[in-house]
Amino acid sequence: MLNRLTKLFENKRENLLTVYFTAGYPKLDDTETIICSLAESGANIIEIGIPYSDPLADGPVIQESGMAAIDGGMTLQVLFNQLTDIRTKTQVPLILMGYFNQLLQYGVDKFLDDCVKTGIDGLIIPDLPLMEYEQFYKDKLTQRNISISFLITPQTEESRIHKVDALSTGFIYVVSDSSITGMKTGISNHQISYFERIKSLHLSTPQLIGFGISDRESYLTASKYANGAIIGSAFIKHLKDKNEVDNATADFINLILKP
Amino acid sequence: MIQLSENGYYGSFGGAYIPEMLYPNVKELQENYLSMIYADDFQREFYYLLKDYVGRPTPLYLAENLSAKHNATIYLKREDLCHTGAHKINNTIGQILLAKKLNKKRIIAETGAGQHGVATATVCARMGLECIIYMGAVDIKRQAPNVARMKMLGATVISATSGSQTLKDATNEAIRDWINNPVDTHYIIGSVVGPHPYPDLVARFQSVISEEMKSQLLEATGRENPDLIIACVGGGSNAAGAYYHYLNDLDVRLIAVEAAGEGVYSGKSAATSILGTEGIIHGSRTLLMQTTDGQIVEPHSISAGLDYPGIGPLHAHLITTGRAEAVSVTDENALKAAFELSRIEGIIPALETAHAIHALEDISFKSSDVIVINLSGRGDKDLNTYMEYLDKY
Ligand SMILES: Cc1ncc(COP(=O)(O)O)c(C=O)c1O
Repeated sequence: MLNRLTKLFENKRENLLTVYFTAGYPKLDDTETIICSLAESGANIIEIGIPYSDPLADGPVIQESGMAAIDGGMTLQVLFNQLTDIRTKTQVPLILMGYFNQLLQYGVDKFLDDCVKTGIDGLIIPDLPLMEYEQFYKDKLTQRNISISFLITPQTEESRIHKVDALSTGFIYVVSDSSITGMKTGISNHQISYFERIKSLHLSTPQLIGFGISDRESYLTASKYANGAIIGSAFIKHLKDKNEVDNATADFINLILKP
Repeated sequence: MIQLSENGYYGSFGGAYIPEMLYPNVKELQENYLSMIYADDFQREFYYLLKDYVGRPTPLYLAENLSAKHNATIYLKREDLCHTGAHKINNTIGQILLAKKLNKKRIIAETGAGQHGVATATVCARMGLECIIYMGAVDIKRQAPNVARMKMLGATVISATSGSQTLKDATNEAIRDWINNPVDTHYIIGSVVGPHPYPDLVARFQSVISEEMKSQLLEATGRENPDLIIACVGGGSNAAGAYYHYLNDLDVRLIAVEAAGEGVYSGKSAATSILGTEGIIHGSRTLLMQTTDGQIVEPHSISAGLDYPGIGPLHAHLITTGRAEAVSVTDENALKAAFELSRIEGIIPALETAHAIHALEDISFKSSDVIVINLSGRGDKDLNTYMEYLDKY
């Protein structure tokens, strides 16, 4: 059975633009506006970050947006409430990104059920161990037709890449460099050879390259070596101090997609 | 039997909940730590350095005045007499030797009280490795003498300015540094926290404390086992070391002393075993202070080394199964105990350790009991704080 994410990959395999934003940032009630504006301007997949107090894989930009969102009142329950009617507005694939502790406290089953109710298609949980997923959660996600994407990095061994390929049901998140989010911009030759190495493995799961993708140039370069790219910190930075997020979001996507 | 499972769990606590970026380094440690640290040459060098460089064995001192006051036989395990002034160096000696074996060139560490930072800077100086210490901005202020020592030893001290700007945040920054530097860097974590194998690795290096206690107690009392062992718990490394060889001796009561801050329910506390619930912090499934939404709560303690919202998974297991008894001591009572020990035994304890001393007032025991308090560190670093209270106590 397909969900919106896996259906997208059936139909389009090139230059897929995925955009990350932190739920509740810049303001608590911006969630729906940002999602709709991203979708209308041409983003193919939207990754909604659940703000966390201690996001180990994230740099200062996402950390600060998360703290601002938490201070503004964002919680998982608030987020699911905000998403109740989202499927009457857009059919863009939506994925949630959060740390495993947040799911544990909410209750994993309740979390997954609420994902189904609101129409979430996929998950990224960077600190969920592969083994634990396989043992305890794989069946739960499969039953509910929710995809999951695991990460690989330049240091990931080939045997593990194949394991990630076998377990990922949405896409493989190809972390572009050994770093936390938002640290570097641009793509070096050294990264290109890593992308080529991954491409040459002909993995069965689609791949999206993320971390350090910040503008049209890096988006297009990354898309040459994968099915598309993920932009996060650069979009959060763009939203900072914006009172009106609808046009601000559209402006940002236009800069990425329009030559 | 208290035993670590193959995947790094004590009961339901432990494991390695880490982003993929950390996986290769953590896996390398998991696969190699036991064979590396129990190799003959490693053990020889480790014990040689503990003896001639650290000054071990540390004395087990019969504190007669303290014993008279509390009506029991009270020994102090003098970790404060270790080189650099606390137990922390037992672990950093072990880990720097491990880092050498793993061919790492750059060392990072987090620190709260600065004792682990100083102990790390010290072994890096001794071994000629680059050293970067992450320390919360609040702790840099309240533990200034240790910041100066780290700099004197050639380390770079980086201020962690996120969150509560204390130990939790310094640990976050150290982990992020490790993600950014995955090849040449070893992370010397300072307590029995973090992803597997760190809690076990650090506990094994610190276990020298209880190893010595056994033979010292046998000589002093004719018995290897005391009736009680009291230790303060930040992450829990000095406690783990003091308990280690007694974990399965059920006749020995294990007392874990946490920081109650301004009062357990004051909203300014670090009494994790009471206020905490099961969750994940710094890659480990354990008890931690968090909101119902899973956001980690900022703790409070006057003592930087106990100002941490989690406890190591071993302690979560010991406390939830009833093997260890948790006690919490307020800022004020810790200060009181620090002045008392200074005045009656001539020993100025670290603020962290002072919590363990005060526990004598908070638990019951018999006059025939033999009690060992792990005197985890000395109070030089806390003199600024102590001087503020000189007129009061
Ligand atoms: C003297 C002393 N005791 C205790 C602690 C707390 O750490 P742990 O619980 O790991 O022993 C610290 C930490 O900085 C310390 O410096």
